[in-house]
Amino acid sequence: MVDLARRLPIRQQRLPASPVILLLAAACIFLVVGCLQSSIFAQQTVAGLATGVVYGSLALALVLIYRATEVINFAQGEMAMACVYIAYQLIQWGFSYWAAFFVTLPIAFLLGMAIEATLIRPVQHRSVIAVVIVTVGLFILIDGLVAWKWGADIKFMPSPFGNRIYHVGSVAIARQDIGTIIITLFTVVLLWALFRFTKLGLGMRAAALRPAAASLAGVRVDWMLAVGWGLAALLGAVAGLMAEPSQFVLQPTLMQPILLYGFAAAVLGGLESPAGAVIGGVAIGIFLNLVGQYVHFVTSELRQPFAFAVLLAVLLVKPTGLFGRRRIRKV
Amino acid sequence: MTALLELDDVHARYGPVRALHGVSLTVDEGEIVAVLGANGAGKTTTLRAISNTVHREGEIRFGGTPLRGGPDSIARLGVAHVPEGRGTFSELTVYENLRLGAYTRRGNLKDDFARVLTYFPWLEDRRHQQAGTLSGGEQQMLALARAFMQRPRLLLLDEPSLGLAPLLVTEVFRIVKELNENEGVTVLVVEQNAHIALQLAQSAFVLEVGRVALAGPSADLQQHESVRRSYLGY
Repeated sequence: MVDLARRLPIRQQRLPASPVILLLAAACIFLVVGCLQSSIFAQQTVAGLATGVVYGSLALALVLIYRATEVINFAQGEMAMACVYIAYQLIQWGFSYWAAFFVTLPIAFLLGMAIEATLIRPVQHRSVIAVVIVTVGLFILIDGLVAWKWGADIKFMPSPFGNRIYHVGSVAIARQDIGTIIITLFTVVLLWALFRFTKLGLGMRAAALRPAAASLAGVRVDWMLAVGWGLAALLGAVAGLMAEPSQFVLQPTLMQPILLYGFAAAVLGGLESPAGAVIGGVAIGIFLNLVGQYVHFVTSELRQPFAFAVLLAVLLVKPTGLFGRRRIRKV
Repeated sequence: MTALLELDDVHARYGPVRALHGVSLTVDEGEIVAVLGANGAGKTTTLRAISNTVHREGEIRFGGTPLRGGPDSIARLGVAHVPEGRGTFSELTVYENLRLGAYTRRGNLKDDFARVLTYFPWLEDRRHQQAGTLSGGEQQMLALARAFMQRPRLLLLDEPSLGLAPLLVTEVFRIVKELNENEGVTVLVVEQNAHIALQLAQSAFVLEVGRVALAGPSADLQQHESVRRSYLGY
C-alpha cells in the first residue's frame, strides 16, 4: 500500500485562477507607474486605499457570515453603526478615543454572538429566506433602537489620528488615511492568523465547511457559528470606527453607503473568498477615487451608482467573482 | 469481557420514515464487531443512532452509562464515527484533517502524529496537500488516521470498503485490525462486503429491515446457511 501510494501521482494543489493573478498584477503595475508619474494620482490612490480597506473589512465580515450561515447579513452595516454609537457613548462618559475603541470591540463580539444565538439560530434550519428576512428585520430594529437611544441628529466624535498631513515629495498623505490602513489591515491579518493557525479557527472552518462531519469530530458547531458572527461583528465595528472620521459626522445612516460598497467588494471577490473580499474592497476604493478624479462626469453623487454598476457587471459577467469557485451543492 | 456498548431496543426514524424497529446489540471491550445486511437494512442508521445524528429512541449505554447529548458530546466521550463518504474535509490539508481528529483532546499532539505515521507513513509527505486531491483509498486511510487521532475507545466505521479496489480494501482492514490489536480500540464496522467483514470481526450482527435477524461469532455465521446464501454468495 505504501508503495502503491507513493507511485500514485501526487496531484498538486490547484493554483488560484491565474488570469486573475495576472489581472491583479497588471493593476498593481498600473497603480505604481501612475503614482510615480503624478502626485495627484498617488494622493487619490492612497486615499482610495484607505476607504478601500474599510470596504474590504466590511466585505470580509459579510463573507465570514456567508460562509458560516450561507446568507448575506443585511444588518452588517447597522451592527457596525451601533458599535460606533457605543464607542461614542463611552467617549461621552469620559473614555479616551482609544480606550473606547478597545472596549467597544469585545462588546461588538458579544453582541454578534448574542444575535446569532437568539435571532439567527432559531430560524437557521428553516430556509435561507427566513434568515435573510431576520437580517433585514435586524437592520430596521438596530436603526430604530439607535435613533431612539441617541437620536437621529448628527453627532461628533474626536478624530482618532488627528488632521496632520504628511508630505512625501509632492504627494500629500493624510495621517488619517495611514492610520485607517494600518489598523484595518492589522485586524484583517490577525483574523486571518486566527483562522489559519489556531484550533478555534480550524474548528470554525470545519464547522462552516461540513457541519455534520465537524460535529462528529467533536466540534461544537452552534458555538462556532456564534463565534463567527461575533468576529464578523467585531470586524464590522473596526470598519465602522475607521469609516466614521472620513464622514466627519456620526448619524444612523453612517454605514449604509459603506454596506453597498462592501456588497460590491464581496461579490467582486467571489462571496466565499476572504482574500477576495479584501482585494475587492481595495480595488473598488481605489477605482472609485481614480474615476472620480479623472472621469469628469463622475461626481461624488455618482459614486454609489458606480459601485452598484460594478456589482451588476460582476454578477452578469462572472457571477463567481474573482476568486469564487462554482460550488455544487447537494440538495 | 465487559460490554463497552449496549443498544437496547433502539428505534430510529428519518422524519416520518422509520429505519430501525428495535435493534438490540452488544459490543464487548476490545472486540471487532461487524454489522451486516442488505441495502436499507438499517446498518448506517445503527451507527447514526449511536452518534446521535438521527432521531432515535431507546437505550444506548457506553461503558455502562447512557449515551446522551449531541454528536460533539458523544465524540468527546471517546466515540469516533467515520461516516459514509469518510467525512474528510477535502478543502483542508491532510495535516488539518488530522488536527481536527484530535479536536476533542488537549495538550501536545507530537507523539500522536508520530504514532499515526507508524501506521500511515505516506501521510508525512502529503501533510500540506489538500485532502480532496487524495485518491479514494488514501482518503479512507486519512479518515482512519483522523479517527485514530481522537484516541477513541470505540471506532464506528461505515462501509470502509466502499468504492475501493480489492487490494486497498485488504490494506484498510489490515490497519483496522492493527489498531484494534495494538491500541486496544473497540471497532463496530458496518460492511456490505460480508466476506471480508467476517474475516476481520470476532462476531457479527445481521440486520434485516431495521431488526437484528441473526447474531453470533463470525465463524458460526460464516457456516450459517442463510448468511452464506444472502451475503457470501456460495
